[in-house]
Amino acid sequence: MFLKELTELSGVSGYEYEVRNYIKNKLKEIDCEYYIDKLGNVIAHNKGRKNKTIMVAAHMDEVGLIVRQIDSKGLIKFEAVGGIDQRVLNSKVVLVGDNKIPGVIGSKAVHLMSKEERGKSLPIDKLYIDIGTDSKEETEKLVSIGDYVSFKSDYVEFGDNMIKGKALDDRVGCSILLELLSMKLDADFYGVFTVMEEVGLRGAETAAYQLEPDLGIVLEGTVSADMPEVEDYDKTTIIGKGAALSIMDNATVYDIDVVREVAKIAEDNNIQYQYRTSGAGGNDAGAIHKTKKGAKVVSISIPCRYIHSSVSVASKNDYENVLRLTKEVILENQKGD
Amino acid sequence: MFNSELMKKLSDCFGPSGREKYIRELIIDEIKDYVDEISTDPLGNLIARKKGSGKKIMFSAHMDQIGLIVTHVDEKGFLRFTNVGGLKAKNLLGLHMVFANGLEGVICQEELKDKEKLTMGKLFLDVGVTDKEFVKQNFRVGDMCVFKSQYYETEDCVICKAADDRIGCYILIEALKNHPNTDNDVYYVFSVQEEVGCRGAKTAGYSINPDLAIAVDVTATGDTPDEIIMEVKLDGGAAIKIKDNSLIVHPEVKDMLTYLSEKNNIKYQYEILEFGGTDAGPIHLSREGVPSGVISIPTRNLHTSGEIFSKKDVEECIKLVRAAAGH
Repeated sequence: MFLKELTELSGVSGYEYEVRNYIKNKLKEIDCEYYIDKLGNVIAHNKGRKNKTIMVAAHMDEVGLIVRQIDSKGLIKFEAVGGIDQRVLNSKVVLVGDNKIPGVIGSKAVHLMSKEERGKSLPIDKLYIDIGTDSKEETEKLVSIGDYVSFKSDYVEFGDNMIKGKALDDRVGCSILLELLSMKLDADFYGVFTVMEEVGLRGAETAAYQLEPDLGIVLEGTVSADMPEVEDYDKTTIIGKGAALSIMDNATVYDIDVVREVAKIAEDNNIQYQYRTSGAGGNDAGAIHKTKKGAKVVSISIPCRYIHSSVSVASKNDYENVLRLTKEVILENQKGD
Repeated sequence: MFNSELMKKLSDCFGPSGREKYIRELIIDEIKDYVDEISTDPLGNLIARKKGSGKKIMFSAHMDQIGLIVTHVDEKGFLRFTNVGGLKAKNLLGLHMVFANGLEGVICQEELKDKEKLTMGKLFLDVGVTDKEFVKQNFRVGDMCVFKSQYYETEDCVICKAADDRIGCYILIEALKNHPNTDNDVYYVFSVQEEVGCRGAKTAGYSINPDLAIAVDVTATGDTPDEIIMEVKLDGGAAIKIKDNSLIVHPEVKDMLTYLSEKNNIKYQYEILEFGGTDAGPIHLSREGVPSGVISIPTRNLHTSGEIFSKKDVEECIKLVRAAAGH
């Protein structure tokens, strides 16, 4: 499991260098063939027995912020990159730019808020990043417009086999994909670490265009809404209940026969699984299945609580189940007759 | 002569977006003796071909219909669901739905004080079964259902579910049975997943790589009380699209369809739709681009269990498809 290292790297959409470099080094260590495409996707190839072209995708990028203005006092105004949970931004610790300048997201003090403001989360234009400077000139020495900002959040293992960190969406997928490539299975597949999923499935589209897969397998961190006030039918996925198989989301109607086959593989191998039961959201499968002549796709996800915030929580058991299931699905699809 | 038997079969066949197996099989049965080649692509598009050495023309009508998908089966045996395609909660109350296995359910709501606040999350399906074990065995997360309603025909019109776009399928089937004598290489595509974003047409357009594409799909009308301001009306003839949200029809394609209508005495009207899109949207952006147009069937009460179109308009559309195939 490479999660501690992976989640502590920065990789906001469009600026995935740190994650990509880490993955490149790991691929060299395990002696896996790979190349980087024009958008920055890492395309690794595990050679082996082959019936069809399989593309296993996990996205490297995470939601974050980008610097758009430095004001006269040296405070930084910013924009969201990807669908960030704006409720949670206030008073978070962040790292700005390549030099990881520490900062905190601030706003006016609670005493100064109007009655209406107190009950609500502050919109992004009322927030700023404070890096401890007190002039525009000083800030400009450290930060430029266009610098990316990511949350600072340590990787922690806690409770009953749980993990906490930032960017579990989708470093869990990246970690599992690295493990799969390390196994040197006698089953052919491309492991694709994609860019810019969070801003519209962009990397996956060009990767699928190059590879023309027959089957796309997307490894994701997905929403778990298993909170006490949420009705059972709205939970989407439940943490600790196993690998989540997508049925339909905003980007893909999954081929139900393929989904049921994957469910059967899980049952045959005693792997815990559940269905992802929300029609909302979308992931790289949406781009992959519509590219060129089209492809079958499945999404196998790890439920993450508090997703798109600085502190996601996931279960190591779910991680194991997704890893085992994906391995079996690849082997089953490439086995000889 | 309107082929009522065929239209009724098409309308009654189960096939929400992503679950087009039965409707595809029905259409294959209907057309297999009339075409030179027939294939199904990875997403499930049905691609039929009348071979020729000339211009490559692609017609596309979508097989899928709007529906609902089960997201949760609760302990008491009630089903929660979400929409597949453009359906709003307030239009669903009390409707009768049917699943692929023939089992049915009716849409009920939780008690609500403010009816305006009705959302999909407050609705559930009651399948009329008190044996919870039976519900568990027969209804699964991922199962889809569609409207159940009676096919009905008058002298002038048809009222049925899924006219969007089974009437387009009907038109292509009738046109290809009478395929004109031509050198054109003509592809009749029955596409999947139009209602969730014209997904099938995207991959079919890529595979076929046509010189000209024409979608055949329903459009809204402006001829009912309190309707949108729109020129299109029932019995106004085949509607030649000028634009919608997904496409500005290539001027040469619009002119060609107009010319063919006038030359062949086909009744036509122009259509500007201020919302929505069709298969021609993704097709015209495929590869290096494809000049594309749409022949639309004026249809009232769209996306409900009783869509209404005129049989005369359908005849005009068939004539125009044939003329375009042979041009």
